[in-house]
Amino acid sequence: MAPFPRWLPQPRLTLVLVLVWLLLNNSLGPGHILLGLLLGWVIPLFTQRFWPETLQFHAPLTLLRFVGVVLWDILVANLTVARLILGQPGQLKPAFFEVPLDLKGEIGISLLANTISLTPGTVSLELSPDHASLLVHALDAPDPDALVQEIKERYEAPLKKVFEPCSPSS
Amino acid sequence: MLAIVLNIAFALVAVAIALGFWRLLVGPSAPDRILALDTLAINAIALLILLGIRLGSGLYFEAALLIALIGFVSTVALCKYLLRGDIID
Amino acid sequence: MLELLLSLLILAGAIFTFIGALGLARLPDFYTRLHAPTKATTLGVGSLLIASTIYFSTQGSGVSLHEILVTLFLFITAPVSAHLLAKAALHLKVPRVGQRAAPGDSPQ
Repeated sequence: MAPFPRWLPQPRLTLVLVLVWLLLNNSLGPGHILLGLLLGWVIPLFTQRFWPETLQFHAPLTLLRFVGVVLWDILVANLTVARLILGQPGQLKPAFFEVPLDLKGEIGISLLANTISLTPGTVSLELSPDHASLLVHALDAPDPDALVQEIKERYEAPLKKVFEPCSPSS
Repeated sequence: MLAIVLNIAFALVAVAIALGFWRLLVGPSAPDRILALDTLAINAIALLILLGIRLGSGLYFEAALLIALIGFVSTVALCKYLLRGDIID
Repeated sequence: MLELLLSLLILAGAIFTFIGALGLARLPDFYTRLHAPTKATTLGVGSLLIASTIYFSTQGSGVSLHEILVTLFLFITAPVSAHLLAKAALHLKVPRVGQRAAPGDSPQ
């Protein structure tokens, strides 16, 4: 991907900022668009130091499908957890388990951890200091190993494809 | 029909807030109480959105956004305090 | 038709918010209670906000989409606060019920 010009270091951030500004004002008036463009241009210039690396999306379609899968899982898992809460809390089998990580980058790992927390029924607790595994707590997991497999196949594989396609698989 | 559903929804969210307060009072640990506060903030957002629909006013949106912001920042600050004994490090 | 859709969304949102709080009050230990707010946020407040968007967009004063911002914000912040709460609980060694011992018992 070609580096972006100096006067516009983060075009995607600019786009997001303009969109957020327009949503915040809830209008499409020309004044708001102008002010939004001005803010979207100035803020990345001033916060350049917080963005040492530019993000690269290698497989946009995979990312889109990933978002769809996560939204669907949130819906399904919500119903499951609602049933668990309304049922017998004494019969729950909560479990701590570790998910070994193939992802290396910080963005990939944080996205994976957030995905695990967002889908109800599992919460990511702690990243090991060497970034090799993630401690996860599940509300009801009779078989933690199957859950680990599911997380790795369903969430980690697409994230790895999007953010780290060329790194060797461990 | 919408009015009836709104009333039921108000009742449910009110009970949810009462349960949150119960957890806030009972504890037993500090993270439990912070969790209860976080849940209360989210329930307050739900209540404000319902109120906005009921009164047909868009003014409550800003309040909901502010409560979301303050709820998140206060949760993070309290957790930081528990983790480090200090908020800014 | 529209009213039916709105009613369903509002009812679903309120019920999920309620179930989240019920889980907070009812589940046995802190780590299981941690699952309640992430749930109430994602589906409960999410569907309430969708209902609000539809309601205000059909009021005749143009499309109203700014509720999406609250949803987006909650979706981004909910995992972060859950993670920090769990870290704090592990740090304080909050007791738990459960058959399995945690692998990272005292990570700090």
